[in-house]
Amino acid sequence: MSEEQRPVEDWASDFDIFDPDYVKDPGPVWDELRSKCPIAHTERWGGAWMATRYDDLRELVRMVPELSSRSPVVVPLPPQMREEAIAEMKMYGTENPPITADPPEHKPYKQLILPFFTPTAVEGYRQFTENLAHELIDRIIDKGEGDAAEDYAQQIPPRVIAQMLGIDPGRGAEFTEWTRGVLEIGQTDPEARRKYRTIIRDFFAELITQRRAEPADDMISRLIAAEVEGKPLNDHTISGICFLLLVAGIDTTWSSIGSSLWHFAGHAEDRRRLAAEPELFPTAIEEMLRFYAPVMMARKVTAPVEIGDKALCPGDKMILNFPAGNRDPEVFDRPDEVVLDRERNRHVAFGLGIHRCAGSNLARMEMDVALRVWFERIPEFELSDPDAVTWAGGQVRGPRSVPVRFSVS
Amino acid sequence: MKIRVIEDNCQGHNRCKAIAPDLFDLDEIGNASAANDGVVPPGQEEMARLAVENCPEFAIEIIEE
Repeated sequence: MSEEQRPVEDWASDFDIFDPDYVKDPGPVWDELRSKCPIAHTERWGGAWMATRYDDLRELVRMVPELSSRSPVVVPLPPQMREEAIAEMKMYGTENPPITADPPEHKPYKQLILPFFTPTAVEGYRQFTENLAHELIDRIIDKGEGDAAEDYAQQIPPRVIAQMLGIDPGRGAEFTEWTRGVLEIGQTDPEARRKYRTIIRDFFAELITQRRAEPADDMISRLIAAEVEGKPLNDHTISGICFLLLVAGIDTTWSSIGSSLWHFAGHAEDRRRLAAEPELFPTAIEEMLRFYAPVMMARKVTAPVEIGDKALCPGDKMILNFPAGNRDPEVFDRPDEVVLDRERNRHVAFGLGIHRCAGSNLARMEMDVALRVWFERIPEFELSDPDAVTWAGGQVRGPRSVPVRFSVS
Repeated sequence: MKIRVIEDNCQGHNRCKAIAPDLFDLDEIGNASAANDGVVPPGQEEMARLAVENCPEFAIEIIEE
């Protein structure tokens, strides 16, 4: 870890997605890379390329099967764990379909989970989310201060996805801990990644056994009853899908809600405008997604391909920096400004192509509810200690602590 | 005005449906097709243009102005 933390001198050939200044404000680095070296490279964290231009990202997501999704995490596992993972994959098939699956295996799994996440399907959880948001505000409103990330943003996604999966929303804090163990801390700590992965796998294995005995009206039971290509899913695959559904929507959506509240706490003009003009919520949410897109994904190169002036070789890793693409001046007018009423916003916060985030409608519904309820209850708020704000970075970027104060009449 | 959704490009982001709900239908996995055979009712042309320009997959096109 220490060796990896040496300062970056040349971002084009030695970028570090965990560099503390970059994690806080990556915009300047993205601008530099896009104009000077849009496909950057690093030897850090296992070695990777990183694409930062919108058009390159569009081209790369279509390079299937040359760019494989079998290992979409940005930081690879250490060799021994990678061998274990490969052995497991040979035994059971792809680990967390559809995100780790390539065509032709990918499509039936994607089609299996998408009906759970259509706009109509996620609307069914709006009331639950609204009630939850109000309860969370109730806990802080009389204090006049709170942590918009820890006390609010962080609390919403685990409970909503738990409700959808049919697991106890009351265990939301545990689900958050597990997800951070895998996705946040686990990025640079493989032992933590393994530990929490096992905890989640075991949790779902037990639940699947229970639901096989006593089906309920929930997603797990429907996955048990489902067939892919005429065959029922084995328990390992079902728990792999549940694992994905649990972890993929937690720190990602929490990051988006948290970044939005951080933005509005620090930008009084935008905050007052949105409070005064609630009809701007739809475009404002898309603009938050564009500007603070939390997620990067990776691909594994399986056949020689070229992008820009770079030749990628089998075995290389390619990081798809969708957040950087979202500030590409070739595509977006005033890309480095937050424009709450931006009407033309083709952002790629949820990725592109066949691996487009399956939970995008859910994330949007949660952001919509979380921000509307916050603004309704606490229209005036500000950062109480800007230096106390902390950010997590790497594959998923977002604030982890956002202390705010407010007075409510 | 007439629009169409390029089926192979649509990945179900649902931006069109959010922006112009009357102009698009969604199937069971959330992929879009143009409602009403793609005919845009008078007065909804600007919404149709916005749907086109907010689709991250460039999956919607205006086939008749």
